[in-house]
Amino acid sequence: MAFQIVINLIIAVMWMFLSESYTGVSFITGYLLGILLLFLLRRFIPGNFYMHRFFKIIKLVLIFTKELVLSNVEMVKYIYTPEPDVEPGIFELPLDLTSNWEINLLANFISLTPGTLTIAVSEDNSKLYIHAMNIENIDEEIRSIKNTFEKAIMEVTR
Amino acid sequence: MPLSVSDIVEFLGVLLILIGSIMAVISAIGIIRFPDVYTRSHAGTKSSTLAVLLTLLGALIFFWVRDSFSVRLILGIVFVFLTAPVSGHLISRAAYRARVKMSDLTVEDELGDAIRAYEEDNDDSDKEAKGDKGE
Repeated sequence: MAFQIVINLIIAVMWMFLSESYTGVSFITGYLLGILLLFLLRRFIPGNFYMHRFFKIIKLVLIFTKELVLSNVEMVKYIYTPEPDVEPGIFELPLDLTSNWEINLLANFISLTPGTLTIAVSEDNSKLYIHAMNIENIDEEIRSIKNTFEKAIMEVTR
Repeated sequence: MPLSVSDIVEFLGVLLILIGSIMAVISAIGIIRFPDVYTRSHAGTKSSTLAVLLTLLGALIFFWVRDSFSVRLILGIVFVFLTAPVSGHLISRAAYRARVKMSDLTVEDELGDAIRAYEEDNDDSDKEAKGDKGE
């Protein structure tokens, strides 16, 4: 991925040299042309086309924002009910992710999603311990959310 | 009074700041109302993160129309986004490690089970090791 970005930057600079205008606008034009060139030549360049991964990252950010807003709506619901029927508890979630920064990202995401907060990562990085606000009726639902998150993170990193 | 585009965008920024401050109040109420450290840090992490983010975003939009685009505000948004959940995690983890009691409502504690199982295993292996040395 880094290799493709470097090629793209070189193409952009080349475009600036060819058109002899050293401005931001011509750099951006060159960069867009570079994306087109890389897309056409993607079969001869090692690795997947990198804009593909870029779109996945955007998708991840959008999911994140959506979950943050939803979790706050839920929080407001808990706070303004006279007798909130919370049943807090800690449950464990087996992880499929392996590298440190993937786990870090997932833990951050979980902390900002509705009703969950990461409390600990197990010693061998195979489980997350999560405090849930309402463990009874959310447990399964949360697992499905985790699956979408974990899948989205895996699509970015692999 | 004619309403120009910049007025409307300015209004949007002001609205975001208002929603952000309401979220901050809600998170403060939540911190008072919830029963124990862990549920409180739910309120502290989520609501106050969104509150700060909305306020900064509102300020960004407001000054974008008025004056100029500020990259520092965007950096602020990104930093808060990255650091707030980590601090929530660390505080609740430290509380758990210091054996702060969970509220009576708590129904399940798999982390406690895991720690107890681990400690029992280690006790056994310690005894075995001592036994070996004794022999």
